[in-house]
Amino acid sequence: MILGTTVVLALRAINRHKLRSFLTTLGIIIGVAAVVTMVTLGNGATAAVREQISSLGANVLQLRPGQGFGRGGGGPRPPDFKEQDLTAIANQLTGVRAVAPIVQSSGTAIYEGNNWSTSVYGTTSAYSEVQQWKVADGRLFMPEEEEAGSPVCIIGNTVRNNLFQRADPVGKRMRIKGVSCQVIGVLTTRGQGGFGDQDDVVVMPIKFVQRRFTGDRDISQIMVAVDDAYDTSVVQASLEQLMRERRKIKPGADDNFNVFDTKQISDTLTGTTTILTQIVGTVAAISLLVGGIGIMNIMLVSVTERTREIGIRLAIGAVASEVLTQFLVEAIVLSCLGGLIGLVLALVASIAIAPLMQVPFIFNIQVNLIAFAFSAAIGVIFGYFPARRAAALNPIDALRHE
Amino acid sequence: MSADPIISLRGVTKNYGSGATAFQALKGVDLDIAQGDFVAVMGPSGSGKSTTMNILGCLDVPTTGAFLFKGRHVETLDRDQRALLRRRYLGFVFQGFNLLARTTALENVELPLLYRGEDRRTRQIAGMAALDKVGLKDWWDHTPAELSGGQQQRVAIARAIVTQPDVLLADEPTGNLDSERSVEIMQLLTDLNRNSGITVLMVTHEPDMAAFARTIVHFKDGLVERVDQGAMA
Repeated sequence: MILGTTVVLALRAINRHKLRSFLTTLGIIIGVAAVVTMVTLGNGATAAVREQISSLGANVLQLRPGQGFGRGGGGPRPPDFKEQDLTAIANQLTGVRAVAPIVQSSGTAIYEGNNWSTSVYGTTSAYSEVQQWKVADGRLFMPEEEEAGSPVCIIGNTVRNNLFQRADPVGKRMRIKGVSCQVIGVLTTRGQGGFGDQDDVVVMPIKFVQRRFTGDRDISQIMVAVDDAYDTSVVQASLEQLMRERRKIKPGADDNFNVFDTKQISDTLTGTTTILTQIVGTVAAISLLVGGIGIMNIMLVSVTERTREIGIRLAIGAVASEVLTQFLVEAIVLSCLGGLIGLVLALVASIAIAPLMQVPFIFNIQVNLIAFAFSAAIGVIFGYFPARRAAALNPIDALRHE
Repeated sequence: MSADPIISLRGVTKNYGSGATAFQALKGVDLDIAQGDFVAVMGPSGSGKSTTMNILGCLDVPTTGAFLFKGRHVETLDRDQRALLRRRYLGFVFQGFNLLARTTALENVELPLLYRGEDRRTRQIAGMAALDKVGLKDWWDHTPAELSGGQQQRVAIARAIVTQPDVLLADEPTGNLDSERSVEIMQLLTDLNRNSGITVLMVTHEPDMAAFARTIVHFKDGLVERVDQGAMA
């Protein structure tokens, strides 16, 4: 009964002072909205980074000629890889799950008057295993198609949408760089990644691309998928050793190839975004704390301003605990209300900002619950002191208060 | 009138402060108030009448001496017990009306019932009945700012009687009103005293107002100087 009564009283008091109540909660509203928006966007950014990385394949080593990104400017261009390198990696290294060669080219795809400029990847079926790509419609290459370098292709969704619109592309013939080929499959959508549109691609048997487009039998890149049971860095070391031997690099000389571990990059990038999220979240949490102090401040002022009112209540027969509960409930209602409004604002802001930041919007129930619980706790903590002060007032003095 | 007084003060003293600044407001007050009486308390300021009223209103406790309310020793009760006593048996009317601002007349009148834990419907019925008694039934949804001083005091009286108290304590209820409104308020209090059997205790320093009372208690220097029978007796 006491709680029911005091809730009614608290709601009435809040209703009587709408503007003041709103200003009181503003700190909490902004605090909660800031925390939840920051953490939501931060989580989205982390997820985006993780997804971009995983689009490279999990536990995948990328083997390329040259000394790595942006280095090895001078001198002759290091040689590409040969098919023998591929078989050597597959046969001589332990812990390799799959090996896929890649030859990259680009050109215009044409279907019934629609043009689309895209990337062409020459590879083998192993590529699907390495990259964990799946075919949504149709099928992968047949071994005999790979062997013969048949004019068949699997297209990404961007290519499909631009060339075929709503028509089913599987079985249709399109032209790529002036050569006719049959579409045998469509890849599952991968979305935008940090490395461009992952769906803007045409995948063909490597022998076809080598014969018709690049004109030699070189392989520009080798993807090595490491078995989950093996340590990527150990496999990486033995891969480097093997390649040094195969490319006849003298001891002490620099590598003329580089091995790029996607997991390393993944760890670094997700680590960075997590730390950034934590920092921004902490700053926002401080603003939430400031909002709580704002509530305490207004409640204290309110106790002074409403001294006479408290006196009336006490004279009428309110016991101290009822006055205490009323003020406490007022503070809690205000801060919870602020918390709720803050959550709604955060939801709206996150949905609006996420696309601008090119990160996915991920609704995290936990973050929302914690922020709300925190705002309620702020109501209790910062409301208690003023409430106790109100309840301790002497009715005679309170009534005399001007 | 019952034989036992509803209120008895025996040798009540009240000290404020300590040491050099100590001040004795009451120096041993003995007073009996019969059930159903209409008592006016008079006296110059500093005579102890307000202190006495605070004690009678269970807002304060005597330093020494006994205060019996309906045979119960109030001086032994703690703060919350006294609050419950006020809630159950007492109604207050103040000089400054002391209504809650921005709150309708009905909500103000309902307030004591809210603390008693009455449900919404009971509160509304009793609240409207009390407003009807003071002649403000049609003003139930007006806030204090929209009411005249006399109307505000009548709302305050409605709030004091809504719980059907045994005793109504009025601290200079006409102090802020002109003489015409004052007479209206006094007639209302007299009616309540006669028709509802409420014991009325009123502090005033206006002899005209005290004349409405049946008993007039004069205070001087912390003691009861004399007790008169009023004009209405």
